[in-house]
Amino acid sequence: MTSSPPAVPPGRDRRSRRDSRVGDKIFFNLTRGSGILLLVIMAAIAGFLAYRSGLALSKDEGNFLTTFEWTPDAPKPVFGIAVLAFGTIVSAVIAMAIAVPVAIGVALFISHYAPRKIAQPFAYLVDLLAAVPSIVYGLWGALFLVPHINGLTSWMDQYLGWTYVFSQTVPGATPRNLFTVGILLAIMVLPIITAVTREVFRQVPRMHEEAALALGATRWEMIRTAVLPFGRPGIISASMLGLGRALGETIAVATVLSANSVLSLHILDPGGGTFAQNIALKFGEAQPFGRDALMASGLVLFVITLVVNGAARLIIARRKEYSGAAA
Amino acid sequence: MKLQRNGRTKALAIGAMALVSSLSLAACGSDNNTTTSTTASGGAGASAAQIACGKGGQLLAAGSTAQNNAIDVWKNAYGSACSGTTITYGGGGSGAGVQQFNQGKISFAGSDSSLKPAEVEASKAVCKTGQGIDLPMVGGLISIVYNVDNVDNLVLDGPTLAKIFDSQITKWNAPEIAKLNPGANLPDADIRAFHRSDDSGTTDNLTKYLSKASAGAWSYPSGKTWAGKGGQSANGSPGLAAQVKQNKNSISYVELSYAQSNSLKSAAINTGASKPVEATTANAANTFAKAKISGTGNDLALTLDYATKDEGSYPLVLVTYEIVCDKGNKADTLDALKSFLTYTISDNGQQAIGTKGYVPLPKELASKVQAVIPTLA
Repeated sequence: MTSSPPAVPPGRDRRSRRDSRVGDKIFFNLTRGSGILLLVIMAAIAGFLAYRSGLALSKDEGNFLTTFEWTPDAPKPVFGIAVLAFGTIVSAVIAMAIAVPVAIGVALFISHYAPRKIAQPFAYLVDLLAAVPSIVYGLWGALFLVPHINGLTSWMDQYLGWTYVFSQTVPGATPRNLFTVGILLAIMVLPIITAVTREVFRQVPRMHEEAALALGATRWEMIRTAVLPFGRPGIISASMLGLGRALGETIAVATVLSANSVLSLHILDPGGGTFAQNIALKFGEAQPFGRDALMASGLVLFVITLVVNGAARLIIARRKEYSGAAA
Repeated sequence: MKLQRNGRTKALAIGAMALVSSLSLAACGSDNNTTTSTTASGGAGASAAQIACGKGGQLLAAGSTAQNNAIDVWKNAYGSACSGTTITYGGGGSGAGVQQFNQGKISFAGSDSSLKPAEVEASKAVCKTGQGIDLPMVGGLISIVYNVDNVDNLVLDGPTLAKIFDSQITKWNAPEIAKLNPGANLPDADIRAFHRSDDSGTTDNLTKYLSKASAGAWSYPSGKTWAGKGGQSANGSPGLAAQVKQNKNSISYVELSYAQSNSLKSAAINTGASKPVEATTANAANTFAKAKISGTGNDLALTLDYATKDEGSYPLVLVTYEIVCDKGNKADTLDALKSFLTYTISDNGQQAIGTKGYVPLPKELASKVQAVIPTLA
């Protein structure tokens, strides 16, 4: 943890020190190798996607960024990512809006409120949620969540319909829409965000908490003044991990969403699509050219994920000095 | 302490791996033994006795998911008769199957559509002395399934179907539907039309039918990607069947087996024949019997008459092909390939899938395929 060179304990003899030097060398090279390997893999993925995308993009008869349709194998290939980008981002934003506050609450409960006896098994249960395969979430979503969420969506249509976003324009449609997908994604990313934020909240220096309490803060005030500011970078990284999963989630979305190529701001109407879902559903029957087109959409998802993660890094770097996380 | 433990687990893992690999090697060995010892008359049981086994080996295939279940049935029957041959059929779609075939990775590909000229050209690189050909193997039928209370014998025709799936007709009691169903108790409810969200051969065949038989009401080109306006979508035939089952006043299109296994009601089609044609395997077989062969030589690609007006000919059918090389098949699996396909196109093979929601190909068509298989080289 500390950056100062490790002090050699006086009791050690030369031999063990030499040993540790060889070990250090090996370990250093191993870690450096892993780091380089990671960069090589990332570069290889990006290069592969860019190469295949280039093949497809040069023959796209529509505008790749603004076209709604996805028909690359038609005699006149037209395909674009407008609907996919919109659906991916909207469903992920809904997921984050629901999951992050809940995850922070759960993490705080586990780290600061629950008695130890409950906290341990509870934390374990939350971790278990992460182990459920996404197809199971998908089936649960399609067979249970969709039929049961009708009440909520029609309530939102009735009372929040004036916002345009929440009005339903397709009468009698099943709620297999971006909103339902967002809720499903929220459940799926919840355990990741909870697990990471919980660990960060545990790292809060005991002195900070006791200082806050000593100044007469209530438990909530202590959390607000000591725990949350300290944990903020952690919350952001945790959210980014979750967002990564939400952006890339494939099979659960493909099972639940009634996909089409219409870009609609009515998020309670069935329709839309996401990058990963579109790739999963179109890949099997795609001709070689159609595959290249799907690769191009994959590249866009790759770039979006990189940008989002980069932005998160920047935010964390900016806030680090205030939060005390660097200490 | 920790390091030590790690070391031990590593040793254990290596040991386990060695054990496993030696086991699998042994398994390979015994496989080869049975291969050589299996003979044509080997095996017991009625169906097994009629299967002429080949020299055995590993038969790899992939492609159309529409024929997945048929291949499974055949694989089991053939496998129990000819234990020396292992057949692996990876689904993954027709496009993927043809691509793998043209890369020389598999012995035959299953496909919902016949090879395109460019794909035939590409196949010449793999077949070397020959080229890829289409052998019709699995017949199918697309049911128009619906879920409307108190309506049991729904009749629809091409133009009406096109308008329903294109959101031009939106109520069940629309005059177009009422005209085809005099006396039916059609509800004043919105039609919930469901289509495939994934690309599929079923959509391709349905839209081929709609563009041929809807008198212009279907304005889109046919294709694997859904082009119609409105409606909702679901993934795969099982997804569509589940949606129709869940939702009242819904309509969709699935292969017959999914209609049967979900006990959904199927609409009869008014083709212009004297009475509406029910979605039965017999009626579909009638359509296959009249299909024209559009391939040349040993290529038996079919042209189906979607606009048929013949009595008892159900127009919404699909045929899936096995794609092989006419000459230049892989030498080591050629024998197993011919043996397996001989079984699948035999009467027994076709009847075996007839009970699983597929349509056995009529004898006349089957005999043409049967004539081609021995000539494969």
